[in-house]
Amino acid sequence: MTVYLDHAATSPLRPEVLAAYTEALQLVGNPSAIHSAGQAARATLEDARERLAAVIRCDRNEVIFTSGGTESNNLAIKGLFAKREGNLIITSAAEHHAVLDAIEYLEKEGAEVHWLSMSSEGVIDLVELSGVLEDRHQDVALVALMWVNNETGVITPIAEVTALAAKYGIPVHSDGVAAFGHTETNFANSGLATMAVTAHKLGGPVGTGALIVSRATNLVPLFHGGGQERALRAGTMDAAGAIAFAVAAETPQPDYRALEALAVQLISPLGKLTRGAAPGVPNILSFTFEGGSGESMLFLLDQAEIAVSNGSACTAGVARASHVLLAMGFSQTEASSAIRISFGPQTTAEDLNALAEALPNVVATARKI
Amino acid sequence: MKVLAAMSGGVDSAVAAARAVDAGHEVVGVHLALSRNAGTLRTGSRGCCTIEDSMDAQRVSSLLGIKYFVWDFSERFKEDVVDDFIAEYEAGRTPNPCMRCNERIKFAALLEKALSLGFDAVVTGHYATVLTGESGELELHRSPATAKDQSYVLGVLTADELKHVMFPIGASASKADIRAEAAARGLAVAQKPDSYDICFIPDGDTQGWLEDKVGAKPGLIKDRAGNVVGEHEGTHGFTVGQRKGLRLGRPAPDGRPRYVLEVHPKENTVIVGSQNALAVTELAGSRFTWCGAPKSNPEQWFEAEVQVRAHAEPVVCQAAVIGGEFVTKVNEPIMGVAPGQTAVVYLGTRVLGQFTIDRTVSAVSVEEEFEAAL
Repeated sequence: MTVYLDHAATSPLRPEVLAAYTEALQLVGNPSAIHSAGQAARATLEDARERLAAVIRCDRNEVIFTSGGTESNNLAIKGLFAKREGNLIITSAAEHHAVLDAIEYLEKEGAEVHWLSMSSEGVIDLVELSGVLEDRHQDVALVALMWVNNETGVITPIAEVTALAAKYGIPVHSDGVAAFGHTETNFANSGLATMAVTAHKLGGPVGTGALIVSRATNLVPLFHGGGQERALRAGTMDAAGAIAFAVAAETPQPDYRALEALAVQLISPLGKLTRGAAPGVPNILSFTFEGGSGESMLFLLDQAEIAVSNGSACTAGVARASHVLLAMGFSQTEASSAIRISFGPQTTAEDLNALAEALPNVVATARKI
Repeated sequence: MKVLAAMSGGVDSAVAAARAVDAGHEVVGVHLALSRNAGTLRTGSRGCCTIEDSMDAQRVSSLLGIKYFVWDFSERFKEDVVDDFIAEYEAGRTPNPCMRCNERIKFAALLEKALSLGFDAVVTGHYATVLTGESGELELHRSPATAKDQSYVLGVLTADELKHVMFPIGASASKADIRAEAAARGLAVAQKPDSYDICFIPDGDTQGWLEDKVGAKPGLIKDRAGNVVGEHEGTHGFTVGQRKGLRLGRPAPDGRPRYVLEVHPKENTVIVGSQNALAVTELAGSRFTWCGAPKSNPEQWFEAEVQVRAHAEPVVCQAAVIGGEFVTKVNEPIMGVAPGQTAVVYLGTRVLGQFTIDRTVSAVSVEEEFEAAL
């Protein structure tokens, strides 16, 4: 039986979700149709919207269902930029590729980007943010900073970011994919213009996500079509996916702090916790193993039936140096020696013991290659 | 055995991996990522470096029920193959990058990593066979499928490396058989086109690519007597044996087309002459390796065959190692031999070893070439 420690990549469907999802999949009717079948599907969709809004702490009309995190981040960034007053985007090089690549695309199209620096533990420099906002607020189109980093687990103090931006009325987008369900993400109190979330990191189905768009925020849509989802996301709405997402969001995640402590205790003698003492979520931890290549360690752990990740795998499946660790100032070699482990409801202490048992040989072998 | 199948995404390596599975080995498929910025889809006749190729290899692996990984060798490939390719051209030689890739990546870096990770051997889809010789030592031999024989590009393998390689399709009669077998196994790569071009040169334009890398550096074109006969934009644009693109104003003394005979980057000079002068009688090089057991008493002349390109005809020669240099004297002069190329030496079907050609002796002396014209 495989030890699965890659829940931050995707987490298996939870039983409650599977039951609600398969039931809803049998529904007939397009939520936009006028007949009774359509209205029944609409009821399921709106039920999901209300339930999800209750967990996220936002207005039900602020929930825009999408296909997932990547679409939500693209809609927010491109949508906010299209409505911009300035031309400057403030972000960090440690963002997920769904944010980075969208911003780099806009940069090619003429946007200016300010990349915020961060500490060696992955904490964004808010003094720098404050300075840039003060000097250049008239030029700033938006600020985009993830709530929780998907590789290191580091938590960004979003309320402090939005407080700085609010002085100048600048919209802030946050990629909340790794944060939602694992740390407090109260949208109503966050001061955010937009926040991206997705179902499959919480035991919901792949292909369902949402962008939370505050009532005060105007966006230009990515898709043009039938005017669904406040005309921000055209396309037939997925009532079954929406209800599955709502159930996944409602089903509480276990308290992972004991597993976090155990993992740190077991792995620290061999590797270095990348976030050091920075505040982080307990379910995502990454370690570097000096002199070992992540590629070899991943291979050897897979041979031992243990699934972990080393951060960003590109389309071709190549294990490359983590761009997040490079942004934190790690060397190319250090950033290539990282392994990320992430927990889900099925993770047990035995899983971590199995990892700890395999690691010494794996690291020793990887260091020889 | 626990073996690692190197999978390019092509049909040969796919069938080789399948046969290794059939033979009862524990097989893991590995695709080598050789480019930092791999293209999405393959184009033309370049193979193995796009995401499509990687996905093809992964699909084959899943159909075979074997594990699959992509290993990043792009840094090593850049240093050992691409940079070497540029450096060789800059030094006036004509390198064979596929050979370098076999020597330094597939059967060195990859094999080394495989052994460190607990594998016993690397499996590839090359057409060549490994046999046990009379002395009990492993020997590399030509494939019986003479049209596809790839023993030339494997000439760099050493005795140690031969112990850890497997060529499951090496004795196959033809490529058509391999394609038919792939189709019968339900592998979608069965009809995938063969690759010929240098994988890291995007549009097959080697001269244009080199010019981008090394830049233009105008110089003179001379004949062997030292007369200036034209000008060039950079020596990297020329290969020994080349006829096209010389743009010479004056005709040759004998009125016949002229060919590149020598390239001298240090002097920034290209030497041209008649086709006869292109023929060589002797090739030699000090960078040589034995493929398997070394020849006994190599300092004594022995009869062998030498082959200078992957698909060239082998020619009979007298060979010996003299003063640290592998020397071959061919019985009949041969054309199209340039320093930097690899000469592979055969004893019958057995690959004896290889050397990188440092120097050649022309079949026609300078005096003869110019006298003939008078």
